Amino acid sequence: MNASYSWLKAYVPDLSCTDQELFDALTLSGTKGETWSRLDKNLEKIVVGQVKEIKPHPDANKLVVCQVDIGSETIQIVTGATNLFEGAVIPVVLAGGKVAGGHDGGPLPENGIPIKAGKLRGIDSNGMMCSIEELGCDKNLWPESNPEGIHIFSDPLPEIGSDALEAMGLRDALFEFEITSNRVDCYSILGIAREAAATFKLPFVKPEVKFTETDVKTSDLISVEVKDPDLCTRYCARICTDIKIEQSPKWLRDRLRSCGIRPINNLVDITNYVMLEYGQPMHAFDLETVSGNKIVVRRAADGDKFTTLDGEERVMDHDVLMICDAEKEIGIAGIMGGENSMITDDVKTVLFEAATFNGPNIRKSAKRIGLRTDASGFFEKGLDPANAEAAINRACALVEELGCGKVAAGMVEAGAPLPAQKRIKLEPERINALIGTSIDRAQMIEILKREEVPVDEATDEVIVPSFRQDLNEMCDIAEEIARFYGYDRIPVTLPKNSATVGGLSWKLRVEKELRETARFQGFSQAFCYSFESPKVFDRLRIPEGDPARNAITISNPLGEDFSIMRTLSVNGILTGLALNFNRRNKDVRLFEMGNVYIAKSLPLTELPDERMQMTLAFYGGGDFFDMKGVVEELLESVSLLSGSVIDKPGEEDMVPYLHPGRQAVICIGKEKAGFFGELHPAVAADYGIKTRAYLAVLDLPVLYDKAGFEHKYTGIAKFPAVTRDISMVVPSGIPAGDIEKMIRQRGGKTLESLKLFDIYEGEQIGEGFKSMAYSLSFRNKEKTLSDDEVQGTMKKILNGLSGMNIELRS
Amino acid sequence: MIKDSLDAIRKKALEQIAAVEDAEGLNDIRVAVLGKKGELTSILKSMKDVSPEERPAIGALVNSAREEIERVMDEKKKRFDQAVMDARLRAEVIDVTLPSKRSVLGHLHPNTIALEEVERIFIGMGYEVVEGPEIEKDYYNFEALNIPADHPAKDEQDTFYINGDLLLRTQTSSAQVHEMEKGRLPIKMISPGRVFRADEVDATHSPSFHQVEGLVIDKNITFADLKGTLDDFSKKLFGEQTKTKFRPHHFPFTEPSAEMDVSCFKCGGKGCRFCKGSGWIEILGCGMVHPHVLEMSGIDSKEYTGFAFGVGLERIALLKYEIDDMRLLYENDSRFLDQF
Repeated sequence: MNASYSWLKAYVPDLSCTDQELFDALTLSGTKGETWSRLDKNLEKIVVGQVKEIKPHPDANKLVVCQVDIGSETIQIVTGATNLFEGAVIPVVLAGGKVAGGHDGGPLPENGIPIKAGKLRGIDSNGMMCSIEELGCDKNLWPESNPEGIHIFSDPLPEIGSDALEAMGLRDALFEFEITSNRVDCYSILGIAREAAATFKLPFVKPEVKFTETDVKTSDLISVEVKDPDLCTRYCARICTDIKIEQSPKWLRDRLRSCGIRPINNLVDITNYVMLEYGQPMHAFDLETVSGNKIVVRRAADGDKFTTLDGEERVMDHDVLMICDAEKEIGIAGIMGGENSMITDDVKTVLFEAATFNGPNIRKSAKRIGLRTDASGFFEKGLDPANAEAAINRACALVEELGCGKVAAGMVEAGAPLPAQKRIKLEPERINALIGTSIDRAQMIEILKREEVPVDEATDEVIVPSFRQDLNEMCDIAEEIARFYGYDRIPVTLPKNSATVGGLSWKLRVEKELRETARFQGFSQAFCYSFESPKVFDRLRIPEGDPARNAITISNPLGEDFSIMRTLSVNGILTGLALNFNRRNKDVRLFEMGNVYIAKSLPLTELPDERMQMTLAFYGGGDFFDMKGVVEELLESVSLLSGSVIDKPGEEDMVPYLHPGRQAVICIGKEKAGFFGELHPAVAADYGIKTRAYLAVLDLPVLYDKAGFEHKYTGIAKFPAVTRDISMVVPSGIPAGDIEKMIRQRGGKTLESLKLFDIYEGEQIGEGFKSMAYSLSFRNKEKTLSDDEVQGTMKKILNGLSGMNIELRS
Repeated sequence: MIKDSLDAIRKKALEQIAAVEDAEGLNDIRVAVLGKKGELTSILKSMKDVSPEERPAIGALVNSAREEIERVMDEKKKRFDQAVMDARLRAEVIDVTLPSKRSVLGHLHPNTIALEEVERIFIGMGYEVVEGPEIEKDYYNFEALNIPADHPAKDEQDTFYINGDLLLRTQTSSAQVHEMEKGRLPIKMISPGRVFRADEVDATHSPSFHQVEGLVIDKNITFADLKGTLDDFSKKLFGEQTKTKFRPHHFPFTEPSAEMDVSCFKCGGKGCRFCKGSGWIEILGCGMVHPHVLEMSGIDSKEYTGFAFGVGLERIALLKYEIDDMRLLYENDSRFLDQF
């Protein structure tokens, strides 16, 4: 919402603070200033001058030499402008002054353009006559000014030698405020002025609305019927006769301009002025185009076509509210009038409409039709029905004041009854208890009265004015008190309640531990989106009909690429890996923690299972067994390694985006907890990762319950260990895991550790065999092991090996 | 006669020791003189030919010669050892300015670093950290937070919907409702998490980002407590010299409501490009929990009051670590991640 200082001051006459003070103080009392700027920024030494004489330049046929009276003296200025005449009154920047912009209308330079005395083609020129854009003004706001030439003052002519900026209404500042959705009343100059008055504790002076009504009765000229009072809460109509369309007076044009509105003619300007001043959009119909002297407010029929006054034909539906006459539709309620009832310069009698409509309906209609206007922007906030009457009367008063026409007697209205006046108990103790202050009752009443919220002191009730529909209960009153008392004056305390013990939930603690472990393994944390493209499944070679394809779909996504909630976590990290590969980053290790979203059934009727996944991926500097080590460290960090089994996956557990011969499944107890392996070469190629990459996924919900951080000391062995190495020839098909499992089983309690120290496949070993060597360490915690005991255990192990067709190497 | 040979052996040995140049040579002398077949040893062996009367005197002479030779040899050996050590140390000089061999650690994401800072501060003040679901029922994201059906915030422009009733939560405030419904009072919690808004990706927007919600509910909680808590938090997060400013604002689920600014930690409040000249940076929204919100979750608003706040994690990360483009947070370029 834009408001100029001068316009606010019109209703707070004693306002005397600086622009910055106004901006800061309103921000602190709840009307947040976004920006402010001076309209006279970079304009210096600019006075009103009058051209006395124009003579051709002796050496340049495109230039003229002017003698310009600037009050105190007459100066000579050389110009190329072609719209000057002797007697023209114009703004003149004197030598040593500054203008805001160039005459080409380009962007304004930060520090303006200094003007110096000089010679133009050998002739002295002691200043410059200014065009509207050189004065930093938007030419669209100055239709009366020729943008190609010098700005020429018209009626009323300012005094020669006086301040030209004052004369043009540029000694002003424009503020932009952010208005919160609850404060509909502040989408108006009057609303902001009311806030300013309360903030600075100054009187608020509303505009005086008075006019004389003629003998013509409005009700003889028009009747109003509202068929859908749920969508049109109030419709006020007034009629002005004897309309004369002309330019608005300067003060009105300047006010509109100060807020960035282009002046058009008196009638249009009045409706725009009232819209800004009261926050109530109005519409003016040419009464001659309204057939049957009747206004009907009703819903459109589906498929109705209607041409708005911008000349566009638009298609309506049943939820769009229309303004109609006895025969036809003449406007889309709250959005835009129709071409068929448009005001022309020949208008004689005007029908003013000030109405209030259902805000959400206007918002949705404007969106469906694809036509969002200034008016709809106001109506969608849900306007005060009482304000409609005040605004239409203000418009009529301006019609009279401007000599634009005569006001017919009486207002015709229809709609729902006005809402009953609300009263809220004033409870100073509860208010103080809520905000932590000790403001006394009298001070509270004073604060409320200053912002025009009266208190009935007999009943101790706040009387809520119609424009403050946001006030409903004690806490709302508390906010009013708090913000005008000053948020900055409220004390700073800490809750005095019983002490509580804070901490992370168990789930978050497990995640934090895993994050740290990943970090110590050289993995950096990535963040990926939760939504992705359904094409991901094909890229990851997920078969048709696989449950992973049952993804939850967003009904209004940003695009197909963000349209499904991910059921697999790997696409994000692979995309990250590919980006790094493309950018030639070396040895990249990434991990991510994020949810996948598993629907219990589709279409979704209940909340899905959100499963936190820890996903790790790397390329460069490692292989499958490095990833296996990372996985084991992760499991170890939450005390789950000893209960885990890492094994070759069965057919049903094969992951299609991993290399079929280089993947493993992770189980904790009997439950599947994740998998890892080398990325399938076809998938790697599809993502543009032109090297081997490795991937691991842990399904964290399986880990949470089983994870632990308990540690127990078991004593450091006092008795010596006995080691035995075995070297063997193993058929290639037997996995090391099977051999180790057997050795562990047969090794029993005394087998302390088992370590593969050599593996070889090649010429010295026969085709179809591999050589493996293990170092076994035995220890008894209670006593020194005897050779016989070790021999006995070794014999069991060797028997086990030969049972697996494994021969010892000599 | 023995005495002469002894003198001769001693003299020769001492001369040889004086002349020898390395440890090996010294050892050769040791063997030649003191070894089993050494010269001095053979003299000892010839003692049997010496008369018993002379033996003690000769024996003493032999011993003194042996001791002298050994002492001189030991001195010489020490010098050789020292020389060897010196040579080794000299040879082993390295260029300590050559690059190190670090075991490569990974890096936490700036969002996580910021979150852990926030968590640490609030856990220290006795707050529990809890989570809520990301796909949410309309009721928890809007209705129970006093955002009625026709509120503009519910507009499809802002919210990703799954269907009429289920949506991607637009704010972690939904977690407030879950916590209140548990029926355990008092409540002192923060709830971090991912939220979603239908914004196109650019330098300052992302369709998914993270918030940390805070909620305190107990008897006699005041707006002054809210100010004190968040002022404390800001000082711990941005430094003791940080000042806070509370401005009135509007949120449907709090009343009174406020936005909090902190004094610019770049310029200390004087005004710079970072804070767009104002000296202040907007950090979070907060307020006293609206009585409708309390009542809808079954808490008696006459007996209990509370405050709530919500802070954008990315906003803190971008400000604190001076990251100028939000897209960097989701690109996962290791050259970016490795800086944290």
